[in-house]
Amino acid sequence: MPVDYLPILVMLIVVSAFAAIALTISALVGPRRPTPAKLSPYESGMPPFGSARRRVPVKYYLTAVLFILFDIEIIFFYPWAVLFRQLGWFGLIEMALFVLVLLVGYVYVWRKGGFDWD
Amino acid sequence: MSLSVPDLNLRIIAPVLIVAISALVVLLGELVTSSAQKRGLGYASLVGLLAAGGAAMGLWDAHAVAFREMVRADNFGVFLTLTILAGAVLCILLSFDFTRAHRIETGEYYALILFSVTGMLLMVTAADLIIIFLALELLSLPLYILAAFKREDERSLEAGLKYFLLGAFSSAFFLYGIALVYGATGTTNLARIAASAPSEMLLIGAGLLLVGFAFKVALVPFHWWTPDVYEGAPTTITAFMSVAVKAAAFGAFLRAFLVALPALAMDWRVVLAIIAVLTMTLGNVAALLQANIKRMLAYSSIAHAGYILIALVAMGGAGVSAALFYLLAYTLTNLGAFGAVIALGEGERERLNVSDYGGLARMQPLLAAMLTVFMLSLAGFPPFAGFVGKFLIFGAAVQNGWAWLAVVGVLNSLVSVYFYLRPVVAMYMSEPVEGWGAPRVAPLVALALVLALIGVIALGVFPAPAIALAAGGLGR
Amino acid sequence: MLTVNHLIFLSAILFSIGAVGVLVRRNPLIMFMSIELMLNAVNLAFVAFARYLQNLDGQVFVFLILTVAAAEVAVGLAIIVALFRQRETIDVDEASILKG
Repeated sequence: MPVDYLPILVMLIVVSAFAAIALTISALVGPRRPTPAKLSPYESGMPPFGSARRRVPVKYYLTAVLFILFDIEIIFFYPWAVLFRQLGWFGLIEMALFVLVLLVGYVYVWRKGGFDWD
Repeated sequence: MSLSVPDLNLRIIAPVLIVAISALVVLLGELVTSSAQKRGLGYASLVGLLAAGGAAMGLWDAHAVAFREMVRADNFGVFLTLTILAGAVLCILLSFDFTRAHRIETGEYYALILFSVTGMLLMVTAADLIIIFLALELLSLPLYILAAFKREDERSLEAGLKYFLLGAFSSAFFLYGIALVYGATGTTNLARIAASAPSEMLLIGAGLLLVGFAFKVALVPFHWWTPDVYEGAPTTITAFMSVAVKAAAFGAFLRAFLVALPALAMDWRVVLAIIAVLTMTLGNVAALLQANIKRMLAYSSIAHAGYILIALVAMGGAGVSAALFYLLAYTLTNLGAFGAVIALGEGERERLNVSDYGGLARMQPLLAAMLTVFMLSLAGFPPFAGFVGKFLIFGAAVQNGWAWLAVVGVLNSLVSVYFYLRPVVAMYMSEPVEGWGAPRVAPLVALALVLALIGVIALGVFPAPAIALAAGGLGR
Repeated sequence: MLTVNHLIFLSAILFSIGAVGVLVRRNPLIMFMSIELMLNAVNLAFVAFARYLQNLDGQVFVFLILTVAAAEVAVGLAIIVALFRQRETIDVDEASILKG
């Protein structure tokens, strides 16, 4: 029956309305009392120096992306490490294959000069 | 605590594995080849795809599940696997000279196509929503890069950016749908979802899954990225996207909705029928207005997604086999049409306007005849593949009580005749335009065109074997 | 008492904020961050359901989603940077050669 799905519709409307209202209200009635300390960018507690809008060499970005890619793959080592003994040879071979695929990517990046700073 | 090793059955995923390994080999091959040897990497890719095709044929009638029921080898999957592989082979044949002319001839180009094919093959064998999601991402990520592959061309980069942002946006909807289905049923396995009781949360989840699929196969109202991306991407990639992504995404779409959600069919059939009408109508009407042939084919691909959706609404064995046959017919026909556009290019210039096709019938009678066949097949004229495909889909709709949908489909096909015939009329009736030399067709492009042509005519004249292969293969 | 309903409601709100962000913001980087917010809302939903259903599958899916999101970051940022190098601006309203 279509009427059975009314609660879903209501929920969708409520959720969207909540998002819209929250954004609107904070933009409209939120107090704006800017102080230099509030406006300064947050840099993990360090006092900021220079403008945040200065250009950063693209090299940093490449390093960051490569870091994210190889770093996040570690996530799959974690469950394996926890169950290392129970998984035995099967786990070892599986992980070896996984690392092999990563290694292909690593060799590719390395030979293409992704790690060269200059 | 004991752990059981999952039921490894490498034979079932052999086609996927072969393509994935070829992709890695080609990627490493890029490092050790000089720029004159890149063509060899293309040949290596072809070998990998053909080997995967051989492995897939070995899975015919295998009817097996493995990896904790996460993948399933059934004839439905094998048929689509072979369709996708055929599309990829034709695309690579078209790519050899195109990539050289457009200065994008690199190993990465071929490796990314193979990675994308890996995702597509996995998608049509997946029997679990999470595998479908991973396959969808594996299919999409290389395509975002390929769409932006001409890095010095802003149009290509813009196409890549748009495709990426909207693709990632739609994946998020798809994932949320999976999360809700998981919450409602406690599983993501398609067969077990079907066994659990329908609930409201399952219905919302199904709706979000529909949004995700609708983006990928370009259904109204989630189609608007298609013309921009198809126009900006390199033409070979546009050709590949327009057919292979559709085959893979429709494969998973059909499987997910017919295997996991038949209990909700009352609800989604009506919604999909409405979407099908909107998609066909908007695709065909918008295609009428296009002067650029790539945009026209983009809107035409939207319209074709609408036709295939009719098969899903029709459900049943007739609907599934009609959808499979149509996807195969569309793959060969559309690659042929794009192949002709690619064949007519001159260096980095392409004949993108309909007027550029003037007088080609005299300069290149064979190529003009081929393009005519492909356009007629897209429009659904007998005796070509497109006609049989439409006949099967509309037949399935009538048989299962959706006659009005079939009528809308037929009317839309009539509208589409006008824009499909415009380049044909230009070729045969208009004078040649200034500034274009006589086109020279490279041998490998000619091979791809001939293969597509044979397929389109064979499927149109002797459709029975392919219809038999497409019938009744969806395992539950 | 925090129940699964609260968590799902929170995840629905986060997801909606992300979706609205993608639709109203015009900077691809911000749009992309909104997409990441949507993905993390999904992760929250998976974890909540996994706990509610006493089923670890949902937790494993979060691992997979995190990895896929990282791959998306790499590809997306690469395209954005390449476009920026060509054009010196990344506003999507400026990215409008292709129109239809």
